Amino acid sequence: MFRNNKPRPIKDAYEEQRLFASRAFTGFVIIVAVFFGLAVRYFYLQVLHHDDFSTRSESNRVHVQPVTPNRGLIYDRRGRILAENRPAYRLELIPEETGDVEEALQALRELIGLSDEEQERFRKTRTRYRDFESIPVKFNLDESEVARFAVNRHRFHGVDVVPYLARFYPYSDMLTHVLGYVGRVDERDLARVDRSNYRGTTYIGKIGAERFYEAGLHGISGLERVETNARGRVLRVLERQDPVAGVDLVLSLDVAVQQAAWDTLGDRAGSIVALDPTDGSVIAMVSKPGYDPNTFVHGISNAAYQVILETPNQPLFNRALAGGYEPGSTLKPFIGLAGLEMGVVGIKELIFSSGEFFLEGQERPFHDWKDDGHGWVDIRRALEESVNTYFYTLAMGLGIDRIHFYLDQFGFGKPTGIDLPGEGSGLLPSRDWKRGRYGEPWYPGETVISGIGQGFNVVTPLQLANAMVTLVNGGRRMAPRLVYAIKQPGDAQAERQVAPLELQVPVNDRQAWIAVLDGLRRVVNGVHGTAREVALNADYVIAGKTGTAQVIALAADQEYEESEVAEHLRHHALFTAFAPYEEPRIVVAVVVDHGGSGHRDAAPIARAVLDAWLGQELLQ
Amino acid sequence: MRRLIPGWVSPPRLDLTMLALVLVITIAGLAVLYSASGQDAGLVERQAIRIGLGLAGMILISLVPPHVLRIWTPWLFGLGFLLLTATWIFGIGRGTQRWLDLGIIRFQPSELMKLAVPMMVAAFLHPRVLPPGWKDSMIGGMILLAPTFIIMRQPDLGTAFLVAASGGFTLFLAGIRWRIIAIVTVVSVALSPVLWMFMEEFQRNRVRSFLEPEADPLGKGWNIIQSKIAVGSGGLTGKGWLNGTQSQLEFIPERHTDFILAVFAEEFGLFGVCVLLALYLALIGRGLFIAKMARDTYSRLLAGSLAMTLFGYVLVNGAMVSGLLPVVGIPLPLISYGGTSAVSLLVSIGILMSIYSHRNFIK
Repeated sequence: MFRNNKPRPIKDAYEEQRLFASRAFTGFVIIVAVFFGLAVRYFYLQVLHHDDFSTRSESNRVHVQPVTPNRGLIYDRRGRILAENRPAYRLELIPEETGDVEEALQALRELIGLSDEEQERFRKTRTRYRDFESIPVKFNLDESEVARFAVNRHRFHGVDVVPYLARFYPYSDMLTHVLGYVGRVDERDLARVDRSNYRGTTYIGKIGAERFYEAGLHGISGLERVETNARGRVLRVLERQDPVAGVDLVLSLDVAVQQAAWDTLGDRAGSIVALDPTDGSVIAMVSKPGYDPNTFVHGISNAAYQVILETPNQPLFNRALAGGYEPGSTLKPFIGLAGLEMGVVGIKELIFSSGEFFLEGQERPFHDWKDDGHGWVDIRRALEESVNTYFYTLAMGLGIDRIHFYLDQFGFGKPTGIDLPGEGSGLLPSRDWKRGRYGEPWYPGETVISGIGQGFNVVTPLQLANAMVTLVNGGRRMAPRLVYAIKQPGDAQAERQVAPLELQVPVNDRQAWIAVLDGLRRVVNGVHGTAREVALNADYVIAGKTGTAQVIALAADQEYEESEVAEHLRHHALFTAFAPYEEPRIVVAVVVDHGGSGHRDAAPIARAVLDAWLGQELLQ
Repeated sequence: MRRLIPGWVSPPRLDLTMLALVLVITIAGLAVLYSASGQDAGLVERQAIRIGLGLAGMILISLVPPHVLRIWTPWLFGLGFLLLTATWIFGIGRGTQRWLDLGIIRFQPSELMKLAVPMMVAAFLHPRVLPPGWKDSMIGGMILLAPTFIIMRQPDLGTAFLVAASGGFTLFLAGIRWRIIAIVTVVSVALSPVLWMFMEEFQRNRVRSFLEPEADPLGKGWNIIQSKIAVGSGGLTGKGWLNGTQSQLEFIPERHTDFILAVFAEEFGLFGVCVLLALYLALIGRGLFIAKMARDTYSRLLAGSLAMTLFGYVLVNGAMVSGLLPVVGIPLPLISYGGTSAVSLLVSIGILMSIYSHRNFIK
């Protein structure tokens, strides 16, 4: 069609050229203008908004990530390690690199046995992470699992075995109720700590010393300013602020004594608290049954947790710290001291025990444990033989208000202030308390039985031990300390922690205190003492007090016959002791749940604890 | 046969000004590519080989006198149109039908049309009285619209735009009436909603994210936002070669192809951008000058149109990278990674050189 054979219209070459030049010029002017416009746009971005884009570019590039500090270790007073960090392996997965995450999980399940729970936990955790971040799938892999994965690694993209430090408690259930345990951080935990310090942290103290000393044990998280690419991979570290490792704790606990207490208690439930009266430190603290804290570290499975829940005697319950027991006769030394100090009775004053005590205007008597009474007894003998009627008389003479006032000074009815979370406060009844609780007035009969530690009185084993410490210390009441010393990272020496003084109970008559302590000596060493067996072959002088806590209240005319009562309704056996008598270096409180008898069941345990501690001291 | 190669023997005279400009731009381009690819020497080498091939093609073409090109033009256009129709039917590519696999090489026929359309329009107008009347303008319009339509359906709006523009520039330079230009402008603005209806979903998303990039900053808006951050953070003088964090850390998508200007702007700043624009302007200006010097209508129109098409590339790419236009697949001429575009651009430069060196021949 372009081979044009028709005569062409005449083209005006000059005119065409002129037209073209004009158009080309117009075009070029437009092009210059448009390029200028484009340059203005780049000026707008690169000069006018440079700062803004610079900032965004920097925040694209630089990320700040936490560096987790090493958790502090926990030792006993002789340097035995109680909580350590062991190298362990966990499996982590980066969803972005893995692609089909579900398929990978399925394959891992076949390879190393991923449980339903672990899969479920992974899915939950995943929502908190971005897709290019590494998410833990399974913790604490054993060697064969690591090996099996290593061989099959090529099949998994974005899945890797990552080393980390896992908490380990070598003494397992024996120390659970003291140390507590760490577990994986959850939202509730984050609410009580500084979130920014926990950004890279996996574990947090859940209960026990691990929780109480969390702030120190955890340390201070460090920071790393890192350069990352668009997919979030860290390319290099620009700047690093090192973390400060957690402090090491040296507990005043002596594992040898703890072990003795633990073993002697056998398979019975109960609790033993041993304190050093010279400094208020905790030598042993047993609550039995316990449980293995190591299963909680990596997240306990529902099945395993169910097993613990179904174990008899509530292993999760910390008896030493929060168990509420009727003090029974173990309260008598304090009632006795109150009577002497407040002038209700003299040190040498004799009160006749006929076996029965009558309140004015009441027909029904309050019985002594000995049907025909003890005859004329003073405070020493009253304690030695645990004469109920003597203390009934004292209690009536004191009245509930003065009993409450005096015993309150020994720390009854409130937490001791030990450095552990979850302490119980027991109960020291008063008129006000009863009105508030029951809306009823206080009855005189309730005062009478308060004299022998029955009725409303509730104590924790720790309270009982600490009250004994106060007694043997001449009224110096401290808040017991579990942590003996704290070692800052980098320091050679641990810094001694001192039990804070809570109260100095006023001493009116030194002789009264001596009389009460002497009465306790006679409990163990006297001819009529209720716990004479305890002193057998002892190299030192022991003093103590037996007690029995009723689980069921008996009618006044009923007789308690141990063999007739089901085990879970039997009395709790209590025994408090200190030794050596002349210069006490240990106070112990023993409670055997449903043990039945203080001197038969609880006292031998106390003796084992005293031997373990004092025997060790003799060796040094 | 003799008809097809008359006057074959002609002195190989290259336009040194243009050659120098092209070399400066391509060498700078390879340097930027080295940075943008994350110091991938292999990739730069591959591109260098393509550019070498393109330069060879450029020299070859520059030897062919314009009137030979003019005689070849209808055949070339016919072949291009045929291949284009073939891609429509047998094309390969990621969801779009742009590529034609010829066994040894794969290439985009639409790329060929960027040359063939202005050639065809110029050849059509060559024997006719200029300025073209209504009828000739209409026929010229049809020549460029037919392939444009097929390329649009591929769908490749960027190339379609460039093909239409190259033909349009030819008509504009031929002196088409301003009234027609005005009417075409009004009609195309009025038809843009129709264009929207014909768009694929991914193209609509590109327009949406262009209008509102912050609506989905990690998804559809990512390209535009990251590109603007790269450009803006470059500042006056830039972060320096190989130091652009946005590109080195792979925040900029398509950083060695369509968005390579963002890498350039980040590393060399506003100064760099202005220098680059000046280089392109010089190249375009030189092209228009060659066109003005040309002695016949075909050469004149073709040279002017090729020069202005270069402008089309730079404008659309530069506007897209700075967030003034939606994301369309138009490379930065002579710099973006990619073989077809580099070769076809160098060939068009070769045509310009041929026109320049044969300016004193009048058929």
